[in-house]
Amino acid sequence: MKELTYVRATDAAEAVAAVAADPDARFLAAGTNLVDHLKLGVATPGTVVDVSRLPLAEVEPLDGGGVRIGTNVRNTDLAVHPLVRHGFPAVSRALLAGASGQIRNQATTGGNLLQRTRCVYFQDVTTPCNKREPGSGCSAIGGFGRYDAILGASEACVATHPSDLAVALAALEARVVVLGPDGERRVPMTELHRLPGHHPERDTTLAHGELVTHVELTGSDLALRSTYVKVRDRASYAFALVSVAAGLELDGDGEDAVVRDVRLAWGGVAHKPWRATAAEDVLRGRPLDAAAVREAVDAETRDATTTTENAYKPAMLRGATTAALAALAGRDLA
Amino acid sequence: MDSTVTLTVDGTSHEVDVDTRTTLLDALRERLGVHTVKKGCDHGQCGSCTVLLDDRRHLTCLALAVAHDGATITTADGLGEGDDLHPVQQAFLNHDGYQCGYCTPGQVCSAVGMLEEVKQGHPSHVTDDLKADVDLDGDPDDSGMVDDEITERMSGNLCRCGAYRGIVDAIREAAGLEPRQDDARVEQEARP
Repeated sequence: MKELTYVRATDAAEAVAAVAADPDARFLAAGTNLVDHLKLGVATPGTVVDVSRLPLAEVEPLDGGGVRIGTNVRNTDLAVHPLVRHGFPAVSRALLAGASGQIRNQATTGGNLLQRTRCVYFQDVTTPCNKREPGSGCSAIGGFGRYDAILGASEACVATHPSDLAVALAALEARVVVLGPDGERRVPMTELHRLPGHHPERDTTLAHGELVTHVELTGSDLALRSTYVKVRDRASYAFALVSVAAGLELDGDGEDAVVRDVRLAWGGVAHKPWRATAAEDVLRGRPLDAAAVREAVDAETRDATTTTENAYKPAMLRGATTAALAALAGRDLA
Repeated sequence: MDSTVTLTVDGTSHEVDVDTRTTLLDALRERLGVHTVKKGCDHGQCGSCTVLLDDRRHLTCLALAVAHDGATITTADGLGEGDDLHPVQQAFLNHDGYQCGYCTPGQVCSAVGMLEEVKQGHPSHVTDDLKADVDLDGDPDDSGMVDDEITERMSGNLCRCGAYRGIVDAIREAAGLEPRQDDARVEQEARP
């Protein structure tokens, strides 16, 4: 590990100025991902600016049932917060499905969103990886491909974004509050992360030195009736093969109920949380049944690219999306 | 770059100079000689380095010591009162919640922290109703759920010897729950 200068930030604007002025500097929050990358040689900053003690650790209510979440709210505290458990169950469920009890106690809201891919080649400095070392090539293409993206990938990168929280926030149309050298701006959650294109080294649309300070959620009936379904290789403490965040509003009851509105976002399938708007369009106004969900998922995955190793993902999405919507409808979908 | 940090470990305050790259785990083991904390994977995957940090269970391998200046840390060594073991430690002994013992200090700290989280009403991934009161007891007619809750909440601690059954039995005892019907210890005591 190369020499590291440590700076403890006492003020958000100073932290932003310090990182923005130094291309070799990085923000450090809890470190559950960055400290690992320092050890592995995946991240090699000369300076870390520790933002974990900035006073941004509150969950505040907003008018209309919304919440404003400070970037330093720990994953555990966000998952168990009464406003989140009641108003945004998909957010609680996504957090509780992620990592372990210890890591959730440590990891922060902003850090969770900005964690990097778990693509095995990205984390192995002995192999080429365009995300870690631009222009070196992609070892995942033609290599171990079980976790690879099926939507929006490029010839440069097939990595997936690992955050569960980000998927729930994308479905519920959260906004990320970002502080930069020129002041504050708000970024829709669906536009925080980007597709790889020719620049997989850039996970997000943030400029160097921009700091996530808050996440804001607006209360809604869709958020009240929302959930998160995650499919893993083992029952707990693993990243998603695929995951589904869903919010649902129905007109009517029972099997005749018609979808008034729906939100769907998928994890484990793309370089960013994948908001499934084509699937939502198919479902809106339709009776909620298995055939409609299948048609909706198929519409969204029509352009999916799979290999023999990740060809299971579209079918798994159909199952997981059906399970999520069935849970929200409170009945099996025939 | 070196930095001086103050860490209170098992009731004793230490001031120690560390390179900024030193993890909390290495500061405890290599600089302070606190070997209760075990280095397993060193990448946040096994849980053997778990301590209670400011009263919550926390890994020490994915944390820089310099970032935790002023922290109060309890390792498995600091859980008991004098010569008396902590009830969770005694329960691990009662139920053979280990084989080689290497993961045990982390398991014990994790179990203590987990039971406190339950007391505070934290739901888990397998909790059915996010809005209801939370306990490990579940439905008395569905004792399988208790074990689902325990194993989910303890999933961050691996045991390569596979002593999970004894660990679950130990946590049931420490939580004041009825033993499982096929608890090895109950079977043994019932034998003529």
